[in-house]
Amino acid sequence: MLRYSQDHEWIQLEGDVGTVGISPHAIEQLGDIVFVELPKVGAKVAKGDAVAVFESVKAASDIYSPASGEIVEVNEAMLDDLTNITPDRATESWMFKVKITDGSELDDMMDEAAYANLIG
Amino acid sequence: MSPKLRKMAADDLKRAAPSTPQANFETRHIGLNDHAVNTMLHAVGVKSIAELMDKVIPKNIRRSDAMDIPPALSEAQVLADLAELAAANSIKTSLIGMGYYDCHLPPVIQRNVLENPAWYTAYTPYQPEISQGRLEAILNFQTTITELTGMDIANASLLDEATAAAEAMAMAFRIHRGKASVFLIDPDTHPQTISVLRTRAAPIGITLEIATIVDAVIGERSDCFGALISYPGSSGKVRPIKADIDAIQNAGGMAIVTSDLLALTMLEAPGTFGADIVLGSAQRFGVPLGFGGPHAAFFATRTAHQRAIPGRLVGISQDTHGQPGYRLALQTREQHIRREKATSNICTAQVLLAVMAGFYAVWHGPEGLKRIADHAHDMACQFAAAMKRGGRHLRHTAFFDTVVIEASSDKDALMQAACEAGFNLRSLDGAVAASFDETSNMADLARLLDALGASGDGGDSGLGKPGNDAPSGLDISVLRTSSFMRQAVFHQYRSETEMMRYMRALADRDLALDRTMIPLGSCTMKLNAAAEMMPITWPGFSSIHPFAPEDQCTGYLELIDRLENLLAAATGYDAVSLQPNAGSQGEFSGLLAISRYHAAKGEGHRNICLIPSSAHGTNPASAAMAGMKIVVVKCDSEGNVDMADLATKIDQHRDNLAAIMVTYPSTHGVFEEAIVELCKMVHEAGGQVYVDGANLNALVGHCAPPQFGADVSHLNLHKTFCIPHGGGGPGVGPIGVAAHLAPYLPGSPLGGEGAVSAAPFGSASILPITYAYIRMMGAEGMSNATAIAILSANYVAARLGGAYPVLYTASNGCVAHECIIDIRDIQEKTGITNEDIAKRLIDYGFHAPTMSFPVAGTLMIEPTESESITEIDRFCEAMLAIADEIEKVADGTWPLADNPLVNAPHTSDEMLSDEWTHPYSRRQAGNPDGGYQANKYWPPVSRIDNAFGDRNLICSCPPTEEWEAAE
Repeated sequence: MLRYSQDHEWIQLEGDVGTVGISPHAIEQLGDIVFVELPKVGAKVAKGDAVAVFESVKAASDIYSPASGEIVEVNEAMLDDLTNITPDRATESWMFKVKITDGSELDDMMDEAAYANLIG
Repeated sequence: MSPKLRKMAADDLKRAAPSTPQANFETRHIGLNDHAVNTMLHAVGVKSIAELMDKVIPKNIRRSDAMDIPPALSEAQVLADLAELAAANSIKTSLIGMGYYDCHLPPVIQRNVLENPAWYTAYTPYQPEISQGRLEAILNFQTTITELTGMDIANASLLDEATAAAEAMAMAFRIHRGKASVFLIDPDTHPQTISVLRTRAAPIGITLEIATIVDAVIGERSDCFGALISYPGSSGKVRPIKADIDAIQNAGGMAIVTSDLLALTMLEAPGTFGADIVLGSAQRFGVPLGFGGPHAAFFATRTAHQRAIPGRLVGISQDTHGQPGYRLALQTREQHIRREKATSNICTAQVLLAVMAGFYAVWHGPEGLKRIADHAHDMACQFAAAMKRGGRHLRHTAFFDTVVIEASSDKDALMQAACEAGFNLRSLDGAVAASFDETSNMADLARLLDALGASGDGGDSGLGKPGNDAPSGLDISVLRTSSFMRQAVFHQYRSETEMMRYMRALADRDLALDRTMIPLGSCTMKLNAAAEMMPITWPGFSSIHPFAPEDQCTGYLELIDRLENLLAAATGYDAVSLQPNAGSQGEFSGLLAISRYHAAKGEGHRNICLIPSSAHGTNPASAAMAGMKIVVVKCDSEGNVDMADLATKIDQHRDNLAAIMVTYPSTHGVFEEAIVELCKMVHEAGGQVYVDGANLNALVGHCAPPQFGADVSHLNLHKTFCIPHGGGGPGVGPIGVAAHLAPYLPGSPLGGEGAVSAAPFGSASILPITYAYIRMMGAEGMSNATAIAILSANYVAARLGGAYPVLYTASNGCVAHECIIDIRDIQEKTGITNEDIAKRLIDYGFHAPTMSFPVAGTLMIEPTESESITEIDRFCEAMLAIADEIEKVADGTWPLADNPLVNAPHTSDEMLSDEWTHPYSRRQAGNPDGGYQANKYWPPVSRIDNAFGDRNLICSCPPTEEWEAAE
């Protein structure tokens, strides 16, 4: 199940590993992406830490980890061609996978319907 | 009124009678005549200026007194007055050095750039299509810097060497993410640089340690995040720096080198030795001393750190037709987007000065620069040899241009003798120092040696003798072997004819105030009058070293004292500091004054700064630099501070409240009525009120911030007080404070506390501009200017309101001195954006208004008091014609993908091509007015692709070989 944060990140949980990206809405709002900074594999992160950066020509957006844990994989491939980061490719444009220590940290996140409601 | 002002006023009255036959300057500065004023009043729906002002400005914030400013002078009178002040400065040959060296400003640059409104009245190149000329000139500067420093990437300049060092320190600290907190400083560093580093380090928790770098990091030291290495040193000593660079990098810190551009033509580039950041001043590349500024500082680093670089950066991208074009790159680093997380609060550069320095490099080329460096070095060698022969000891023999002579017993006598002969030396502990430069010559040197008693018997100093015993103690490892400046631009312009045409060609690519109104909201692009500008190049102002003895600067000190009084009178504050050399520095200084005030009262724990969500991004960035924590206060749907949220936030942070930063009138261009209550609430909680002076042009003569509760403001002299924008700097950002904060104004960078700039009076040489403006306008003229600026903005709102919704008005339906039109609904319905409108205005010959500030999807228009009704009408007609064009997209006449708006701007190349496939005519595209187009402006490029430039970052001229291959 996809869950969303107030800051437009999504997380897809498989076991205790969550794949994190930003929503199609967020990608659309940012416009043409010109720079992405990914976290380092092995980094220990806390919920709410700024772990990655998305930049377009008009905005810079910190990406926060939705949960505490360890970064186990990052999507290096997305850096090859930033023009591929488009709203319809939000799933392919995942950023990192985090091995979560406490699943309950995700409890305050929104489901698809609630998120759709948020962005109107 | 101070006794001095009273005397000035009395003198002026004498001087002004009988009155001069020329028209009042006020009628030259203000663009509207009485007839135009009446037309506008009618359109706005009021009967008189007085009625308008009563309607626009809430009663409770009107100032209670008139400004205490002497009667207006004519142009001739103010020039005579300033000539007297300039004559009161005494010009000596400056050998003081310390980062400021005399130089020859090439006349071709003085006349075609510094004195040319096409260059000095241009705005920051945020709209790249109408800024290609100065963007290329800045790229030349950046290329000069990367070539001489041996680094990968350089920015478009910073404010001065000391603040550049502070920016480097902050950048290294950020890159380290606070894991270490000690910053090392080479003991042989300019004292003013150390002063500014002290001011900037403390609030963000950095500890400074002045120590020889290699010794300081011996052992397992991990608490140092960086070191500043001086190369050459402040004393002129040149030592190999590789060991220092390696030492600090091995300790995990960044190696920052402060250097001298001219020296780097002779000394190996710091980049070759592995430096992480190289900075310094570009002053001696053709920019006059000017009592300390303005000058361009340079800042270069490695590709790995390019996203952390402070300030502006010019890069190469391409336009919609694939042609190369320049633009500002990586703008998301800037504070207007990142706010308190910005890499720095720097939101300007010293563009005009960087452009001049870049042209100096273009004009002389690498061989010319080398010749100048050899000359300065040779003069220093000759001086050193002669002093040695005269029995003196040198403190060091490895120097570029600066020689230190031991004088433990007779230092004062030497200083005195040199001074009497017309030379200023630098006084050091038990020694004197002399720095030589481009302007030094043998005759002067012989006189100097004579004065210092080193010419030997019969005046024979041995100067110029073949085989003289000049010391050449430079270590072989520091002599430059790497080549530099091989790019074509540094080799093409040696004849003045070619140089003049190159500078003209670049100027012609740009839209500045000499061609069109620049209706940028919040930027106040008013007239920069010729009479105001003229004095800045007079030798009496331009040839004074910032650290010259006080008795040689009488004219400057008098000017500064008078200007402080005049600005205090204009704003209602009790004291003014002219030191901050940009608005951002003013903000930092003001917040620092607040912090120091709280600390002095034993309330140093107060560290919360309230900032409304509508604030300019520089506010939170400055507060972060001052060590404050930012708490955002909400704004209501009208753009006003949400008073209920303010009360809540004050309650939450009552015990730790340091300050609130508000802009007045608000960034939305509205006179908020609650400002008095807001100030009261903050004061009751023990906080101070910082009023951002960005919009002071709507207040002068009618409101005085301290009277409605402000404690401190910075004043953007480059907005309200006529200092030109220079294409993106110089700015000047003095602060005015109420009496209780006066003890905490910035002190001198030599021995004072809280210095924020390298020079005691910041950018002193351009202060005559503001002085001349205030003296020529007088109190009444400035009050009228404010009223006319407000009238013009309301007129624009009235004319455009039918076609575009005006976003924020006060409860009376009026705007202040600027108006915001909302394009979001148009975008929603038609797909046409505010950017399309901005670019389409270029086809109509206009610079765009401010885009998406303070609200995304809007345009903010500020006509200022200097525009005529003819020009304002021309602008309004263009905007209305564009509204009609949008209608044609809306009704399907033109598809969204192919219409004159989305394709704007149109170049002449495109218009003249044989092929034309658009659903609108060439005439519609390029001559939408339909009238005779004798003055048509053609943009040199079509719309620039911002994303391409940021994804493929190139920030210097390609090497010659690549140019050749491309041709």
